[in-house]
Amino acid sequence: MLVLTRKAKQKIMIGDNIEIELLSIEGDQVKLGISAPKDIDVNRYEVYEAIQKENDEASKKIDITKILK
Amino acid sequence: MKIKTSYFGEVKIDEKDIIYFEQGLPGFLEEKEFVLLSFDEPLAFQVLQSVSTETLAFIVVFPFDFKKDYKVDLNDHILEQLKIETEDDVLILSIVTLKDHLNISTANLQAPIIINRHSHLGKQYIMHESSFSTKEKIFNSSIMKEEE
Repeated sequence: MLVLTRKAKQKIMIGDNIEIELLSIEGDQVKLGISAPKDIDVNRYEVYEAIQKENDEASKKIDITKILK
Repeated sequence: MKIKTSYFGEVKIDEKDIIYFEQGLPGFLEEKEFVLLSFDEPLAFQVLQSVSTETLAFIVVFPFDFKKDYKVDLNDHILEQLKIETEDDVLILSIVTLKDHLNISTANLQAPIIINRHSHLGKQYIMHESSFSTKEKIFNSSIMKEEE
């Protein structure tokens, strides 16, 4: 993993068109600003992971007739 | 064309009914083509079936039928990605995780399926600031469509 040290208001570039700015640091929280092209989705990791897991669970076939009873 | 499905056996579909998920769905990034199939009985449920994978199918509902105060704000990104121009283009569905009983079954209201019914583009839309979760219990005892 690449590790970069940044101060508040400093940025990093990913590729040519994704910009991440460290907006502020307050206690144990940092605020990030992310500018990315519209075809790149940006999500909180744990939210994306929860949706992956939910999709996986939802894709398991169940016997619908059983539920209708 | 004919496809094999999880709930209906072999089904003949019209290629123009295929919905294209250009980025797949979280957890299923390679799955880019789905069709929406209905049960014979008047159920509120429909099935979002993968065209290429027989065993991949999601049970979906119209969330507004069950959650009157549900709200989805579409940002510019998704409007552009799905080429949405008017409200009439938009179809919103929620994936349901069915359990043995309906009252413990849940719907994913945090990441609805957005479909442009005219461009046939679809996407699972993850809402950043949502008061709804991936596991909302929205069903009461009846899943039959209300006759009103």
